[in-house]
Amino acid sequence: MSLTTMIVKMSEGLGKTCSIFFLTLLFALPLGLIVALLRMSKNKIVSGITRVCISILRGTPLMLQLLAVTYGPFYLFGVSVSRNKLIPVVIAFSINYAAYFAEIYRGGIESMPVGQYEAAEVLGYSKFQCFIRIILPQVIKRILPSITNEVVTLVKDTSMAFTVSYQEMFTIGKQIANSQTSFVPFIVAGVFYFVFNAVVDFVMGRIEKKLNYYK
Amino acid sequence: MDKLLEINHCRKRFGSTEVLTDLTLSVEESQVLSIIGPSGSGKSTLLRCATLLETMDGGDLIYMGRYAARGTSEGSVYAPPAELKKIKSMFGLVFQNFNLFPHYSVLKNICEAPVLVQKRDKAEVEAEAMDLLKQMGLEDKYNAYPCQLSGGQQQRVSIARALAMNPGILFFDEPTSALDPELTGEILRVIRQLAEKKMTMVIVTHEMNFARDVSDYVVFMNGGVIVEQGDPRDVIDHPTQERTIQFLRRLQDQ
Ligand SMILES: Nc1ncnc2c1ncn2[C@@H]1O[C@H](COP(=O)(O)OP(=O)(O)O)[C@@H](O)[C@H]1O
Ligand SMILES: [Mg+2]
Repeated sequence: MSLTTMIVKMSEGLGKTCSIFFLTLLFALPLGLIVALLRMSKNKIVSGITRVCISILRGTPLMLQLLAVTYGPFYLFGVSVSRNKLIPVVIAFSINYAAYFAEIYRGGIESMPVGQYEAAEVLGYSKFQCFIRIILPQVIKRILPSITNEVVTLVKDTSMAFTVSYQEMFTIGKQIANSQTSFVPFIVAGVFYFVFNAVVDFVMGRIEKKLNYYK
Repeated sequence: MDKLLEINHCRKRFGSTEVLTDLTLSVEESQVLSIIGPSGSGKSTLLRCATLLETMDGGDLIYMGRYAARGTSEGSVYAPPAELKKIKSMFGLVFQNFNLFPHYSVLKNICEAPVLVQKRDKAEVEAEAMDLLKQMGLEDKYNAYPCQLSGGQQQRVSIARALAMNPGILFFDEPTSALDPELTGEILRVIRQLAEKKMTMVIVTHEMNFARDVSDYVVFMNGGVIVEQGDPRDVIDHPTQERTIQFLRRLQDQ
């Protein structure tokens, strides 16, 4: 198989790689914020349960979580494994990344000086208005570098989808590597990820710059 | 004269330590009241109770005859949230460290609350804000961000932000303590101007000359109680209580 054919075949999986990537961000970023708020809840039971869930999600391999979400329903309830693996893959990724994002949000929220809340309170902002308008925008600026780190990791983690044979770029590359007994597909995959992350770095850098209008 | 603020038999505890003990204080319309006293005497806690940032453990808090909190045998019982929201619009608070919103321009810092909370017309609020900035000598800074301003300028913006809500009474908690000595003058000048315009103010300060000049009434606090109070020339220049004399002497020695 020629190099061009390999690249073309693997490119066909790039759409799916991007689907995992963007859908995970779409769900995990807001979900992470909700999880962070639950984690900081004054209700000890709510925050306790959330803390345990977060530590399980962060303490076990993503690969295992992918297998659990994809095949768990079959083993537990006899539900047939859906043909479209994108759904379980995105669910597993979103939940896993939400756990990481939650801890980042929490760190950001807890780093906010109490004076910001008090100034807003005296001016009559409701708790919700204060959070949305005063706290969250500043938190986002503070946590952006950590979020960028996670997003870069997410790009590489999409390759985990091979464990459930979801036909994204890396899974295809691995299949070609097996059938052709060639190492080349892995090099191609490496280049793809590298370029993808260069784009991610560029975009996140632009966002960070945009938020640099204040200190 | 009408009483704008009455605090009756206020008690406040943090854990087991009582920080304010049976403290009673009232502020009349157009009065400028200064609170002086050593660090840890409960001055900030008193302002924080008055501005609803802390809840009192006992006593009344009354603004223009309306009860924010009513003392009962079980402690202070606060009014329902809707009433507290109305009462909150009667006062403003200027913090020691400004607490401006760093991600907002000067103009937005001043205008957001009147528009968002008081539902006032944006154009009208902005015109008023520009007037306030002119009073503060900052009309060319409306587009700047707090990080681009000096401490003194930031504090003037935070005073403008509080004034934009048209409060009946304005509290200051050591408004010059976070500033370099050469910047305190500009803040004291602004407060003096407000006093001339008959703004009702309660000012916690360590600036004795300023307190003597600007205020109608001085309260000396120590250990969570008012030790001495009255005309500034009496309390500051001719104190009668041992604690007041000690405090003022120590301040002069510095
Ligand atoms: N949130 C708090 N928790 C516990 N103790 C506090 C708190 N705030 C203030 N205190 C204590 O209350 C006392 C009075 O503090 P404060 O009102 O800040 O005094 P001042 O403003 O006169 O310096 C101090 O002993 C301080 O340690
Ligand atoms: Mg204080």
